Amino acid sequence: MPLDFLLEIGSEEIPDWMIEPALEHLRGAFAKLLASHKLKGEVAWADATPRRLVVRLTGLPKGQKDSVETVTGPPKSAGEGAALGFARKMGVTPEQLQTAATSKGEYFCFKRKLAGKTTGEIFASALPQLILGIPWPKTMYWLGKGAPRFIRPIRWIVALLGSKVVEFEVTGVKSGNTTLGHRRLAKSKRPIKVGIGNYEQKLLDNFVVVRAAARRRMIEAGIADVLAGTGLRAKPDAALDNTLCYLTEYPAPILGSFAESYLSLPAEVLVTVMRHHQKYYSVERADGALAPRFIAVMNTASDPDGFVRAGNERVLRARFNDARFFYGVDQKKPLAARVEDLKSVTFQKEVGSYHDKVRRMAELVGGDTAARRACELCKCDLTTDMVKEFTDLQGIVGGIYARAQGEPEDVARAIYEHYKPLSMDDSIPSTVAGQRLALADKLDTLRECFRVGLAPTGSKDPFALRRAAQGVVKILVEGEAGGNPLDRIADEALKTFFEDRVRYYFRDVQGYAYDEVNAAMACGWSDLKDLAARLAALKAVRPTENFEPLAASFKRVRNILDQAGQEQDGITGGAVDQALLADEAERALHAAMAGLNLAGLGYREQLERIATLRPAVDRFFETVLVNAPEPHVRRNRLALLHHLRSEFSRIADFSEIVTSSN
Amino acid sequence: MDSYQQIIFKLKKYWADRGCIIQEPYDAEVGAGTMCPETFLRVLGPKPYRVAYVQPSRRPADGRYGENPNRLYKHQQLQVILKPAPADVIEQYLGSLEAIGIDLAKHDIKFEEDNWESPTLGAWGIGWQVMLDGLEITQFTYFQQCGGIDLDLCPAELTYGLERLAAFLQNKESVYEIEWAPGFTYADVRFEDERQNSVYNFEVADIPTLWKLFDTHEGECQRLMDSFQALDSGDAAARARFPVLAAYDHVLKCSNLFNLLDARGAISVTERVGVIARVRKLAVGTAQLWMAQQTPATAEVAA
Repeated sequence: MPLDFLLEIGSEEIPDWMIEPALEHLRGAFAKLLASHKLKGEVAWADATPRRLVVRLTGLPKGQKDSVETVTGPPKSAGEGAALGFARKMGVTPEQLQTAATSKGEYFCFKRKLAGKTTGEIFASALPQLILGIPWPKTMYWLGKGAPRFIRPIRWIVALLGSKVVEFEVTGVKSGNTTLGHRRLAKSKRPIKVGIGNYEQKLLDNFVVVRAAARRRMIEAGIADVLAGTGLRAKPDAALDNTLCYLTEYPAPILGSFAESYLSLPAEVLVTVMRHHQKYYSVERADGALAPRFIAVMNTASDPDGFVRAGNERVLRARFNDARFFYGVDQKKPLAARVEDLKSVTFQKEVGSYHDKVRRMAELVGGDTAARRACELCKCDLTTDMVKEFTDLQGIVGGIYARAQGEPEDVARAIYEHYKPLSMDDSIPSTVAGQRLALADKLDTLRECFRVGLAPTGSKDPFALRRAAQGVVKILVEGEAGGNPLDRIADEALKTFFEDRVRYYFRDVQGYAYDEVNAAMACGWSDLKDLAARLAALKAVRPTENFEPLAASFKRVRNILDQAGQEQDGITGGAVDQALLADEAERALHAAMAGLNLAGLGYREQLERIATLRPAVDRFFETVLVNAPEPHVRRNRLALLHHLRSEFSRIADFSEIVTSSN
Repeated sequence: MDSYQQIIFKLKKYWADRGCIIQEPYDAEVGAGTMCPETFLRVLGPKPYRVAYVQPSRRPADGRYGENPNRLYKHQQLQVILKPAPADVIEQYLGSLEAIGIDLAKHDIKFEEDNWESPTLGAWGIGWQVMLDGLEITQFTYFQQCGGIDLDLCPAELTYGLERLAAFLQNKESVYEIEWAPGFTYADVRFEDERQNSVYNFEVADIPTLWKLFDTHEGECQRLMDSFQALDSGDAAARARFPVLAAYDHVLKCSNLFNLLDARGAISVTERVGVIARVRKLAVGTAQLWMAQQTPATAEVAA
């Protein structure tokens, strides 16, 4: 009968954001363990709370089958003495040896029986390393210098194969069949005995919900419950859902309130305090306006005396009071009076201060008055108390203050939005001034960081340069800022960096096939609006009948030309001499090319016309021998193909298209 | 309702019962309890140690003239060092909260990731901020490195923010309303300290004098470090009696002077990194001397 296996790694509280990647790794590590020991079975599930990583396997055999391994000894020709030595090494008598014919002659050999290991044995020896092999972003030691490292101290291990404990030890902790419940709600602080069958129920009895999905449902249902009948709704927040789900073993939402008077503070500030500092959901009215309420998610079952609600309300009040205090202090010195203060705010040690940065940005931002004014003021909020306290709100606070201090609306908006887009899911700034400002900011950051050797390496990207470049690409494609700043990049490394970002954007964000992106980018990529138009046309024409066969022919053309080019006789260029076009098919191709009037057409229409060349190209390759024996005929035919390729590959290099025929 | 001092008595008693030496505050200006030699130096080396003490901690830039209900120039920390950290250290910690009257079955406790790092001290650790009903009440750190040196034993450091904890327990909106002792509020005891030192730190402190003091203390610390290096490495007696602790006091002076200069707005961007590096050099240097002194076999570490 197949067996189940349960592993629970009991740990001190693991950072919420590290849990899902760890589970993903564990699933893979167990699948690999089974495969490498030729064990049947599979990972049924892997789940976690902050204090435990749990993996359940199913369909496991008792153990491996016995097997026979043939050990080859000395050649038979080496004689009996050699056989005796080999037999001794194998721990048998010479009579038990056999011989086997190989390509090099006859050899002594021994068929050794290998007893299969039990699944329990395999797990017992593999699990310590498997557990310690989980890759964490930052690990610690706790048993002293040189001791094993893990994300937080391991305090207990449950390892059950069927009804038996798989015995092993890791970081001084012996595996067993007991777990611990919720830190304060468990019926007992003592270890709780569990079996595979009752594991989840026993933990539930002790206020631990092992499954993240179940905790998520508890949070959702709890929120619905506390808001029932109020006409209010919690602001949806998937990232917060995830955080709270992995910060709790038994989540329960509660509704709290704050005084209406705090609603006079900018909503962005209130939401940031609630979300980032307190991990609360903010609550909205039906019209989307903030309500003076919040939802906190407790890691405990209930709040019978209202202590938790009162405590959270008190903390929030203090935080809001701080924000109000900062707001008041900040207004005493308007943004425009803070420009000089930027001299003492470092952007980067070698690049200089924000004052320097703004000065450089002013040269990039260009004409528009609003954009120029916004540029002058956009970093001034870095010197405000509000931004020092709530750094996530840089830009946003600047925009809010600019508006409050009487700057024109388009200036305020440009400042407010100039860090956008924060991700590929985020929108770009909504105004041209904002787009220009965002471009100037990001391009300056990229240019300067590359200049002083801070280009990202591997996963290290402390200045978020990938995001900045990605933002530039998105704004240039989707916005109306005009200009073609990528053309003006001199730094080769930065150019290559951008090329990768452009490729990524069209492939992973816009969803174009990689060969379409390659084909279109081969004809230039620094004018992104143009590239986007060419890609759209290419994608539209690609499914039509003639396109892919023509693309295949272009690949053939490229190969022929490349080969001819390698011979270095300089025949690929030059004009086509019509008089030399002897074959009917090559004359037809030449005529078809000449008759293809593309002038004034859009990319799509051009491509459609080019596709009509297909029959002529096909016939050319069917009947014409490019490498004609007469050099001048050959040269002329290569010139014809060169024309074909160069004239009609301006929208995309079709030879980059991967077709079913190549 | 327990007074502020009653809460402190109870916490000290709790940790004394668990084998901690109860130390008194260190008599030099520090930015955090971590900087006291009882933590910074004692966590180094292979000797187990357990200590708890209240440490007034000065952060000149955080001063608000006594006008902000939650921000202080000088706040008080209860610092607990358990070296090495026992396996049930979190349970022991939770027990300390119960000892001051918090019924944890009726409150919400969360451990949220918060790793601690002090570039100035060459020190870092892994841990959490402990949240009680949404309020950060303790910083819990497993020390990994101090003075740039990997720690032999891994100590747990518990840092309780006493004013916050007391305001929570006494349900006060402002730290100044905390009852320190019957008949005396926190404001009665500390308001003038906050106001006057804010005036000094932000407005009055003489910048050239502060720089001169900084240079003087730095020079004296460096002189001591150099003379330790000049000792005959075989002269165990001379090394053992060498005043490393006195050298470290000068590090603390430099650190506090740096904070003062910073609050006074006297350190420009370009200077800042350099000044931090100067303090760090002294901190790391004295930590290495201390190690060399504690474990004579590894004296060459300091060389």
